[in-house]
Amino acid sequence: MNTLLDISGLRKAYPGVVANDDVAFDIAPGEVHALLGENGAGKSTLVKMIYGLVQPDAGHMRLHGRDYAPTSPKDARAAGVSMVFQHFSLFEALSVRENIALGLDEAVAPRTLSDRIRTVSRDYGLPLDPDRLIGDLSVGERQRVEIVRCLLQDPRLLIMDEPTSVLTPQEVETLFDTLRLLSKRGVAILYISHKLDEIRVLCDRATILRSGKVVATCLPRDETPRSLAEMMIGTTLADPPVRRAIPGRTLLKLTGLSLPTDDPFGVTLSGIDLTLRAGEVTGIAGVAGNGQDELVAVLSGESPVEAGMIRLDNVPIGTLGPNRRRSLGLLSAPEERLGHAAAPEMSLTDNTMLTGRVRQRLSTQGFLKWNVAANFARAVIAQFDVRTPGVDTPARALSGGNLQKFVIGREVMQKPRVLVVNQPTWGVDAAAAAAIRQSLRDLAATGASVLVISQDLDELMEMSDQFAVIAGGRLSATRPAGSISIEEIGRMMGGGEAA
Amino acid sequence: MIRLEPRLAPSRTMMWGTPVLAVIATMIAGGILFAILGKNPVEAIWTIFVDPILDPYSRDELFVKAAPLVLIAIGLSFGFRAGVWNIGAEGQFIVGAIAGAAVGLAFYGTSAIWLLPLMALAGMAAGTFWAMIPAFLKVRYNANEILVSLMLVYVADQLLRAMVAGPLRNPAGFNFPESRLFHDSAVLPLLQGMPGLTQYTRVHLGVLIALILVPLAWVLLRKHVLGFNIQVMGSAPRAARFSGVRPSSIVYICLGLSGALAGLAGLFEVAGPAGQLVPALPQGYGFTAIIVAFLGRLNPLGILAAGLVMALTYIGGENAQLDLNLPRAAISVFQGMLLFFLLGLDILVRYRIRFGARGIAQ
Repeated sequence: MNTLLDISGLRKAYPGVVANDDVAFDIAPGEVHALLGENGAGKSTLVKMIYGLVQPDAGHMRLHGRDYAPTSPKDARAAGVSMVFQHFSLFEALSVRENIALGLDEAVAPRTLSDRIRTVSRDYGLPLDPDRLIGDLSVGERQRVEIVRCLLQDPRLLIMDEPTSVLTPQEVETLFDTLRLLSKRGVAILYISHKLDEIRVLCDRATILRSGKVVATCLPRDETPRSLAEMMIGTTLADPPVRRAIPGRTLLKLTGLSLPTDDPFGVTLSGIDLTLRAGEVTGIAGVAGNGQDELVAVLSGESPVEAGMIRLDNVPIGTLGPNRRRSLGLLSAPEERLGHAAAPEMSLTDNTMLTGRVRQRLSTQGFLKWNVAANFARAVIAQFDVRTPGVDTPARALSGGNLQKFVIGREVMQKPRVLVVNQPTWGVDAAAAAAIRQSLRDLAATGASVLVISQDLDELMEMSDQFAVIAGGRLSATRPAGSISIEEIGRMMGGGEAA
Repeated sequence: MIRLEPRLAPSRTMMWGTPVLAVIATMIAGGILFAILGKNPVEAIWTIFVDPILDPYSRDELFVKAAPLVLIAIGLSFGFRAGVWNIGAEGQFIVGAIAGAAVGLAFYGTSAIWLLPLMALAGMAAGTFWAMIPAFLKVRYNANEILVSLMLVYVADQLLRAMVAGPLRNPAGFNFPESRLFHDSAVLPLLQGMPGLTQYTRVHLGVLIALILVPLAWVLLRKHVLGFNIQVMGSAPRAARFSGVRPSSIVYICLGLSGALAGLAGLFEVAGPAGQLVPALPQGYGFTAIIVAFLGRLNPLGILAAGLVMALTYIGGENAQLDLNLPRAAISVFQGMLLFFLLGLDILVRYRIRFGARGIAQ
């Protein structure tokens, strides 16, 4: 078999951590190659080296049989390597064509560029109008812009970092068709994802990283999601116990909740009705940017609404701020860990104080009891297996999964009556995700009500007792879990009503 | 080859090491500057940094100069931590002095123990009011507090000139633009007889109050929820909102607090060393305090040390002007260099320097 990219002995160390150690694998032309691994396993560092964003400390890369050592993404693109990042780098106020022009290495006349965009997008089944503003596009369309930007440079290797985390099931299918077409035309694809099912469907081969080393190369079609996950984490996984709660009395009730947005790219919430009962996990699915962040802000108290729109134990609380709601037992964990759920530069003790002060009585007369806060932080760390040198470590220094365990643990251990979590396992490795889901289920089993907002349908299907879909700032009626198919949910996520 | 390598966590050693390095770098660069001016650099640095400490009279003056710097810088440090940039402490200092002086003059001749506290309250109220203008405009109209507070300095300066030339002018002062000399009850008592001070000391009650405020500010910052909220606001505004902090109240509190302390410092200046309201009262303390706040790492204890260092450059600078004929501007350049080096060296807090070829860490 001929080889497009051949990597051997690649090593990269950062202060305090070896991100990649003696990594070796190869990619053939036209192959869809999966890169699998837990968070912190070294996937990002590896693709950054291939894309020229960081330089290896040791080791060799060969592309087309020639030595390949890019010192910048520009080098990489010139050699035929392109990358679509998980987080898009697009200017919302500019048009598709302008955004693509900004990412090109050479200047192209606007009209020529528009023609080329149309040609490429037609060839690969990626419909795109060059003159539309990015701000008006859906997330799936924005991703197309990123892909077309790469394809215009005629790459031989396309790196995709978690491309489906923001897409509806239908959009995922479209993306896969495009990727298969590219593969048929000889473009190799290096595909990074946490979603093991997708990898089994799409990828020809998989390289699995653990702690910076290659631990296995396999044919994903011959594996089960479970065996892949076990290779990633190096242990065997326990099945989640099946649990169907008998819902208790109503704790939180949203009635006609509406909130106009003053952000030009925000989402207006309109007419949301929802009832959360004791002992129940409620799941809300939806494509990112359909009002999830706004809904969480309304529930946490960051965005006040009319008093009667939110009732806890039938008491109107819509106008109360976050701390008043915490004292009543309504807690929340926003999606963005660094900067929203936690202050990145501050220690874990400080971050415990951030949300735990009221409910855990970490202050008297406004004076803070730092010892008690540190003890509570230690308890969270112990109970939720947060890997950190200590409670004085800044939140920024924790890996994504560990910080998420801390953030969820901090709220769960305050014994909330209602807990709202947004994307509890986003970007979290399989073992940590399982632990987080288990803790949320355990919380519900104690009689609390848990609201999980997520883009991971499998997660919602596994966890929820009742289920709703948010699209365009409107929430569908809740349905009992198990009474609704993935296809139906997909249509609802795309904005269509359920049949 | 020299490279900068990011640290895993900010270095605590360097956090407190860089101010010291900045002072040393300033001495070296200042020495070069003085050498170019044809002075003996060692003698000049000695005159500025060491002589004032050895001479008991200069040592007293050190405290007199440091007190307003420390007072103002402590107020500013709260705002700077929260990302509220009050650059107009000088203006709040001036209106504090005017209001306090006006109260003192209104009760001219009244001998009473309540007069000084009343003047202090007036000074703080005026400073707070002056700082509330940028606060209100920021919260209500999103106006930049840096510009508004800075521009209000010049308004305050003109107000001072109008006051000493008009309503507050000394009726028996031959039309000179200055107020009466305050009577005894309106002048801050001197701390004569305190151990360590000279017989003719100018160290006044305000210095003691500034000293007492240092630990209080530290407690507020480290042990109280308000100080915590201020720090979260500056470090991660969205996390602060999530935790229940209202950004507008932080803007009002930080500007109000720094305005009150700057106003108090103004009152201490007018009722202390000056003893009357004169147009030359503002000496730039409000601006120098910005350097003091950063040199002291926005930490009250650090600010106390930084205030003393900065006072040293004032006193030593004056001595250097007298003894060595150094130009006044050279001293301002010297103080500016201190902030310049501090901000430049701050990179060492987040990065470490690696010498030699690119190697493999650990």
